[in-house]
Amino acid sequence: MASHLGKSPPWWQNRRLVPWLVQGSVGLLLLVVIAFLLGNLVRNLSAAGLLLSWRWLGQPASFDIAETLLPFNASEPYWRGLLAGLVNTLRVVGLGFVGATLVGTLVGSASFSRNGLVKRLARIYVELIRNIPLLLQLVFWYFVVFLALPNGAAAIQLPGIVLAKSGLFLPGFEAGFQWSGPTLVDGVWQAPLRFTPEFGALLTGLVVYTGAFIAEVVRGGIAAVPKGQWEAATSLGLGPLLSLRRIIIPQALRVIVPGLNTQYISLAKNSSLAVACGYTDLYSVAETSLNQTGRAIEVIVILLAAYLAIDLVISLVMNGLNRLVQIKER
Amino acid sequence: MGPKPRLTPASLRKELFATPLDGLVTVLLVTGLAAAGSRLLHWALAQADWAVIQANSTLFAVGRYPIEQQWRLWLLVALLAAAAGLSWGVLRSRPLPDRPITALWPGNDRLATGILVLLASWAPAALGLTLSIQSRWWALTGLLVLVRWLAGRYGSRLGKTATLALPLVWPLLYLVGMVLIGGGLGLVTVGANEWGGLLLTLVEASFAILLSAPLGVLLALGRRSSLPLLRWGSIVYIEFIRGAPLITLLFLGQNILGFLLPGGMAPDRIWRAAWILTFFSAAYLAEAVRSGLAAVPRGQLEAARSLGLSLPQALAQVVLPQALRIALPATVGQFISLLQDTTLLSLIGLLDLLGTARSVMANPLFLGKSSEVYLTLAVLFWCCCAALGLGSRALERRLNPPSLGR
Repeated sequence: MASHLGKSPPWWQNRRLVPWLVQGSVGLLLLVVIAFLLGNLVRNLSAAGLLLSWRWLGQPASFDIAETLLPFNASEPYWRGLLAGLVNTLRVVGLGFVGATLVGTLVGSASFSRNGLVKRLARIYVELIRNIPLLLQLVFWYFVVFLALPNGAAAIQLPGIVLAKSGLFLPGFEAGFQWSGPTLVDGVWQAPLRFTPEFGALLTGLVVYTGAFIAEVVRGGIAAVPKGQWEAATSLGLGPLLSLRRIIIPQALRVIVPGLNTQYISLAKNSSLAVACGYTDLYSVAETSLNQTGRAIEVIVILLAAYLAIDLVISLVMNGLNRLVQIKER
Repeated sequence: MGPKPRLTPASLRKELFATPLDGLVTVLLVTGLAAAGSRLLHWALAQADWAVIQANSTLFAVGRYPIEQQWRLWLLVALLAAAAGLSWGVLRSRPLPDRPITALWPGNDRLATGILVLLASWAPAALGLTLSIQSRWWALTGLLVLVRWLAGRYGSRLGKTATLALPLVWPLLYLVGMVLIGGGLGLVTVGANEWGGLLLTLVEASFAILLSAPLGVLLALGRRSSLPLLRWGSIVYIEFIRGAPLITLLFLGQNILGFLLPGGMAPDRIWRAAWILTFFSAAYLAEAVRSGLAAVPRGQLEAARSLGLSLPQALAQVVLPQALRIALPATVGQFISLLQDTTLLSLIGLLDLLGTARSVMANPLFLGKSSEVYLTLAVLFWCCCAALGLGSRALERRLNPPSLGR
């Protein structure tokens, strides 16, 4: 060592200097790129007379939305339209969570069935759905299934439920709190609760698609519980249902919940494909707004912020749920 | 998984009719499946009108690619078939960690070849192609099987370097392919707006796969870096991209990229979409690679460093090979979903496979033929994605050294 004393290593081997040099050059590069892009943006926008402004949000939208939970008409401002689109998105996402979780749990547990046929069908379902693009499935559900349903008196009728080309009709309370079911008036079905075929196709597509992914998550979660846990529970005298509820599910949930989070977020993001089956969600309202106003930056900012917020809320809720199911150690 | 149980009447009875309830479920399911299957078969054979596929097969395959230039695509397909046969054969000629080479054509390969030959003899005829085009498909299949045979027979004589260099055939072929498709180097230029159908889908997907792979590795390394600027830069990028739906990003690419670049520098719509797909996929790949990196024990990097390797050397020669092997299934999964995501191009008005289908069905001649078209596309996509998944599993088994796994 003594011979090296006083002879410092060359600068490119300096343990302090090199990281700063790397960071400095990366930072400089990033700054230059961002400045270049922003400079172009400002120059191009001012040349097009489109400098950032939010005033257009208050102007009348002059387009209609076919199906809204939030009442909306063409004379109302853009922001109301975007809000109605967001509510429509949340509606399909919320119902989609419920449906996909049910389908996923059912199919995921079916892959542990003692019945070989059920087990294989669950496998086939997952492999079939996961290898076909969601967008293709959505247009299939809309154009091939929902729009091919019979209309009028030929519609599929179950007690209290009618499935026709014009939508799904369910019983409910009408004005005056009177329970009533679907009725046929002049060849047109009417009911207190109606889902359009657009909504039905989107919801079905999302549920079937995400359900296959959730099934894999559930399967992985159950498979992660060691077999000895079953045997131990049985030897303690617990019946199959009780051991499932008290021993297996709590342990499986630890693996399932983080996976569910990913799938829920992807369902929320995938709901933006609604435009393929004619359902008016946030993305589709935003696209129409952009086409009418030319306000590209503002519309994109709203879209990205809305979806990031939805993702964030899902993550927060699921992280809370995750804390509930994780092992608690004293 | 243990050895595959053999199907005997006794095992079948145990599997399907263990209890009366099981028996009832089985009978109900079998009845339902048989009814659905026979209806589907009846529809496909008797009611469906497949003329829409036959009449538009060229449109679905290559879009509006000029007819007099299509020989370039045929040449490319021939090169692809040869490369596929080569890779397949050489892969088969390497011994598995736990199993020596037993046969030139293992059972799975005989099955795959059988399917290919059946497909080549049935599909072109079913599509109603002319005899000269049909014979081209036969020749291509023959080429694939021949090269597969040669590579499987003599592949084990290849040196280690040649075997390692073999995967490089694909990027090289990609460059050749892009020249063949787009023109240049003495070939007539065919603009990107004349590509369509399966051709456009494959060009976009392969472009994004090839470019997003290195980008994803860099982002994953950045996210695990100890330098705060690199780490936070990567985190912000990855989380931003993963938080947004792809369609909004494609929308951004079409509407805002033009504002971000000086006038005239922005690429045309097709390349914009390809870049957006690349940036999108890179963020997801980064997460796949990161999980691989996390699975490599810290001691590996420390050991490599203490042997005197520099950080880039240690990463490239010790850590990344292990991490990428672990990340392979997730990476291929991402490639599969990227291939599926190309269908979103139809929503921004590009004529990819799905976009072509939609434009065909807008033609009054083919109104109401959506079942046939969508079913064909679904089968096509399913086969491509399932094949990718199968290939990844085969590769995974060969890459895992005997000490790992099993």
